[in-house]
Amino acid sequence: MSRKSPMSNAWRKLKTNRWAMVSLVIIVFLFLVAIFAPILTPYNYAAQNYESVLKAPSLAHPFGTDNFGRDVLSRVIYGSRYTMFIGFGCITAAAVIGVTLGLIAAYFPKFDNIIMRVVDIVIGMPTMTLLMCIIAVLGVSITNMVIALCVTFIPNFARVTRAQALTVKNQEFIEAAVAIGANDRRILLKHILPNSLAPIIVEYSLSTGNLVLWSASLSFIGMGVQPPIPEWGLMISAGRGYLRSAWFLAIIPGLAIILLTFVLNYLGDGLRDALDPRLNK
Amino acid sequence: MARFIFNRLISMIFVLLATLVIIFTLMYFVPGDPAISLLGENATIEAVKDIHTKLGLDDPYLVRLGRCLWDFVHADFGISYRSKTPVFGEIMARYPTTLKLTLGSTILGILIGVSAGIVSAVKQYSIFDRVFTTISLFGASAPSFWLAMVLVLIFSLWLGWLPATGSYELKYWLLPVFTMGLQCSAFIMRMTRSSMLEVIRQDYVRTARAKGQTEMKIIINHALRNALIPILTVTGMRLCGLLGGSVLVETVFALPGIGKYILDSVSFQDYPVVQGGVMWICFNCVVITFIIDMLYGAVDPRIRSMYGVKKLSRRQSVKEV
Repeated sequence: MSRKSPMSNAWRKLKTNRWAMVSLVIIVFLFLVAIFAPILTPYNYAAQNYESVLKAPSLAHPFGTDNFGRDVLSRVIYGSRYTMFIGFGCITAAAVIGVTLGLIAAYFPKFDNIIMRVVDIVIGMPTMTLLMCIIAVLGVSITNMVIALCVTFIPNFARVTRAQALTVKNQEFIEAAVAIGANDRRILLKHILPNSLAPIIVEYSLSTGNLVLWSASLSFIGMGVQPPIPEWGLMISAGRGYLRSAWFLAIIPGLAIILLTFVLNYLGDGLRDALDPRLNK
Repeated sequence: MARFIFNRLISMIFVLLATLVIIFTLMYFVPGDPAISLLGENATIEAVKDIHTKLGLDDPYLVRLGRCLWDFVHADFGISYRSKTPVFGEIMARYPTTLKLTLGSTILGILIGVSAGIVSAVKQYSIFDRVFTTISLFGASAPSFWLAMVLVLIFSLWLGWLPATGSYELKYWLLPVFTMGLQCSAFIMRMTRSSMLEVIRQDYVRTARAKGQTEMKIIINHALRNALIPILTVTGMRLCGLLGGSVLVETVFALPGIGKYILDSVSFQDYPVVQGGVMWICFNCVVITFIIDMLYGAVDPRIRSMYGVKKLSRRQSVKEV
């Protein structure tokens, strides 16, 4: 039996999964691209040039130019900022709130019923319908899209955390912690939470991919990021009218979305395999 | 079985009620005066007051909530601000489009997803397995509107085989149904594969094989039957997801469905339509969940028996009758 912690065991297992590691590297790379976007872009993402409108991909413009003569490569690179920061920002906020709710539901039985019933109902509603409903009430803007996405993803975290925390709660070391007089906050944060992390990490990774798709979808139908911001979903929407003359306008930003969600999903699957206690024997 | 259906029916009504309360409460906080939206900016104060008393807009929250639920039961979703016609009729006019789209793509998704999933699980780590799992992960990662545009590009613009927009004959439906069906199959395939992999190593499968049962019968009767519950769950979830998410594909293919109707109403601030449309989709989802629950019971006798259907001895049942 290994004496290492479950987390370092999982990391060791993940490292043997070649494609999951490649996914991780790509995610880090996309993060770097998003951070250093101003240095990496060959042109200004907003600079219009009416002399080269709807130009096919060439050496000067590897991804072509759009209907305002803006360089698509620069816009895709800059767009990674919005997609990555909305994606990871939203999911982190949703995770923090959802995990807190899940821990409360698991540890304090009197809140369990009310929290979990609301969670069940929100999970039961179709994601897109819920998003549209919230944005209809709040109004269309980036902030409101972020709020709507957060609200939509909180229940998943609450449910996963509660399920795991309930099994951890009944173990002997929690009883021991209670016996030595640890208070609720200490038990929750130092004992239950660290031992419930595995499924939360998997949920985090898989949900991020999902959230990126939903945020792009919202921008596509005009309920999220508004022009002229170079967000990938919005760029697809703008390229829709030029499918016949300049197909790359709509297709290339889509490939960027797919690359990000694909590696996130692949990493999520890899994490699930590495963290699944049933496979760790 | 009757007890099982009754139990599920009761819980379905509660879920539906709670969902409607949440939606109503959300829409309750929408800014603006419905009377002015209905009459226009130049309405007289008397006319506005008249609408307020007629629609009961000055009543407290609970009274309005009760009225809203009562109206919902009577299929009255209010009057659209934009067209001044009853919302329910407008929704019903668009419902068949959305229903055809989601049911068609779910059936396609089941056909592709379950068969690909079975092949992947039975031939684990083979070339089929790797290809199918990679394609399905790709399908789950691609935005549906992007997939729709790629299909339009290939089959309408380059090859010229199928029309890009509209909803007249069967050929107009092929691209939208394929777009959503392919995506749906990706999720069903992943679930079928993992569920089959768990079942296929069970003792009873080995026993069936030892008996000399044909491989086909083992897979269909012994393995798939026992792997069916998670597949049903994910199919139900996808069906609900497609009902709500059809707005994306409806937008690309210019189909007059409910999703597109709600979306257009959001930009016109036509809140009765948003509220009615969202409630109708949620009502559909609750019904779908109920049907899936019924199918659980039909597929797995253990679930039926969990709901207190005790096996009666013959004498007891005769006495009760």
